[in-house]
Amino acid sequence: MTVRVQAEDFDPGREIEAVTSGNTAIGGVASFIGLVRDLKRDGADGDSGSAMTLEHYPGMTEKMLAEIEAEANRRWPLQASLIVHRYGRLEPGDRIVLVVTASAHRQAALEACHFLIDWLKTKAPFWKLEETGDGDGKWVEARATDDAAADRWTETRRKDAAE
Amino acid sequence: MKVLYFAWLRQRTGIGEEQVSPPASVQTVAELVAWLRDRGPGHAEALKDLSSIRVAVNQEFATLDAAVAEGDEVALFPPMTGG
Repeated sequence: MTVRVQAEDFDPGREIEAVTSGNTAIGGVASFIGLVRDLKRDGADGDSGSAMTLEHYPGMTEKMLAEIEAEANRRWPLQASLIVHRYGRLEPGDRIVLVVTASAHRQAALEACHFLIDWLKTKAPFWKLEETGDGDGKWVEARATDDAAADRWTETRRKDAAE
Repeated sequence: MKVLYFAWLRQRTGIGEEQVSPPASVQTVAELVAWLRDRGPGHAEALKDLSSIRVAVNQEFATLDAAVAEGDEVALFPPMTGG
């Protein structure tokens, strides 16, 4: 179980290799890579600049990511897990976040990876500031769909507990 | 007590963190926020709408009725947008 919060970019291939190499109990590895999307392409945010700055809460960020990762390891039989999340100024196409999960079989790896990215979006203290032409920037608003995606896993656990 | 502000709360208050000594009557997060509003127009603007503010006490998520005490680290921020 590893969590890193850093300004610099990461190499997904090397990161996956580092957490899985040498462990022959692993039969499946899942990964999610989040990229900065060019908001201008969405149309609705026509006044948005292209770059953004990710602010976070040093100390609590690492702690929350570690708690979320520990929860994934409680729910699924993982052989390895990794979360890398960047902060600072990022441009469209830049990598923001990497989640890697490895297990004996694909289902645990895929589900745990999905769970981790859904939960970290609503539970890790990061905030995105989009650059705008006037220099003030615009804080990205949290989306209800992200809360719903995170809650889905809470409901899943309740259902599992009831069975 | 240390109070931290993030994202637009930091912009509107104009500060990232401050040491404060609220009176003994301030016992919850909600009471602390009400007291902080009087520190200036920036604070009043940043803290006017409690529904858009999330809270952590000593780096754990907390509710507005959570207790706060001398020595605590209280962070105020909008809903998170990472990932």
